[in-house]
Amino acid sequence: MREEFEVAIVGAGPAGISAALALAEKGIKVIVFERGEFPGAKNVSGGVLYGHDLGESVPDFIKRECPVERNIVESRIWYLSSDGGFNVSFRDRAFEEGLSFNAFTVGRARFDRWFAGIAEEKGALVVCGTTVTDLLRDGGGRVTGVRTDRAEGDVTARVVLIADGINSALAAKTGFRPEPKPSDVALAVKEVIELPEEVINERFNVEAGHGVTIEVLGEITKGMDGVAVIYTNKNSLSLCIGANLFDLMNNTVRPYELLEEFKGHPMVAPLIKSGRPREYMAHWLAEGGYDTIPHLHGDGYLIAGESGMLFNALHREGSNMAMASGRLAALTIAGALASGDTGREGLAGYAAALQGSYVMKDLKKYRRFNRFLLNHKELFSTLPRLGASAAREMLTVDGVSKKEKQTSIRRKIQGAIPLARLARLLWAGARSIG
Amino acid sequence: MKVKVEDKLFLDRFRVDEEAHIRIIDNDVCIKNCLDQPCLYFCPANVYKLEKDRITVAYEGCLECGSCRIGCPRLNIEWRFPTGGYGIAHKFG
Repeated sequence: MREEFEVAIVGAGPAGISAALALAEKGIKVIVFERGEFPGAKNVSGGVLYGHDLGESVPDFIKRECPVERNIVESRIWYLSSDGGFNVSFRDRAFEEGLSFNAFTVGRARFDRWFAGIAEEKGALVVCGTTVTDLLRDGGGRVTGVRTDRAEGDVTARVVLIADGINSALAAKTGFRPEPKPSDVALAVKEVIELPEEVINERFNVEAGHGVTIEVLGEITKGMDGVAVIYTNKNSLSLCIGANLFDLMNNTVRPYELLEEFKGHPMVAPLIKSGRPREYMAHWLAEGGYDTIPHLHGDGYLIAGESGMLFNALHREGSNMAMASGRLAALTIAGALASGDTGREGLAGYAAALQGSYVMKDLKKYRRFNRFLLNHKELFSTLPRLGASAAREMLTVDGVSKKEKQTSIRRKIQGAIPLARLARLLWAGARSIG
Repeated sequence: MKVKVEDKLFLDRFRVDEEAHIRIIDNDVCIKNCLDQPCLYFCPANVYKLEKDRITVAYEGCLECGSCRIGCPRLNIEWRFPTGGYGIAHKFG
């Protein structure tokens, strides 16, 4: 490939494609490299996307037949012991009407391909089945292009955008983002379970086209800092469960055993009954938060999306941050190309733009959240167990007075966790999301 | 709980590269200097298996999460992306 491009993008995920689309719209010559057979072939997320960020790139995404699975109208949070658990949920008519497509589920194999198709329509060149193995640099260390695994696969560009995701072997190799520490990522596995559309509607109490998200914490991760989700697709459910990689390294628990036990939990089993597993995947989530974000720009390059550790672990938001950062990167690149300075100075506007956006504001707000979960393992062991046993006690009608039950519950709690520790936990928890 | 990961991997579509994209740098390190061998547990595709005097790498079923690259306590695993177009290809994602 001898052609010259103004911008080369590594990775055709939400970050790379948002950037490519915005650049192509401005008539900038852009090429995107994707290592999968097609965009989305390597990508996994829980499966929720947000209309706001997609709408910034493709305002008429519904009209353009974006492959939406279900519009989310209800969000549930479960806190589970090994035998049962608590359920808090919120549903609002607004999510069916005015705020329709605020959040919706997608399968990334279909969605990313569709999204890349829109960028191609605008003039971006998307090259699949091509792994970027290194970055080209000049004598001064400035990035001048990419090296791919194709024959004669060097491509020069004035700016390179690194958007190859959380497992960025490229960022690690080039040193632009140090390898994450095991405690900075969660390893999650996902299974897609097929069920008839009407069965899902009934089991989740929704109309056709509407869906539910369930975020799950508790004993399901066996005392490890972790989370599970159940999301509804049109005719399948996405089940994901994961734990901090550091915790997994220190326990002899296999991720797929966690998944199978989760599927057998009394609150999960009836939802997936007679469903057919169709696909099994694994992926990291960038849990380290604000303090693990590397320098996101330098001489001739920028980093966007989860390559840059942009992920809000508390709200499970990643794809939207990828899109927002990709778009801001594109704006910066367009300005730099126009001014003729694509060096570190010329691209510095990207950092400022990100700082001014919800992306960095949210990540900064929750910067202590990861540490909080890692340092308070009671959240995944003692607390859900105690909570469940207290609720079971109060709901058991056995001739014992409520007052006696309360006293026995209080004793049990005090025996399991010192009150000072509990108070500190609540304080640290409030502070970590404050 | 005994779960056969092979049943799960069977659901996936792989285009296997002839050349392995994962390599254990020095098997002696695994056997002599790594007591816990956590790769045998945390790998979601059970790529790593202990055989008599070595750990084998079934890279063909790798889900490409990257965990072994940073989770090996001895950083004894060389891991790159499979050649473009090879490896797992998601159907749903």
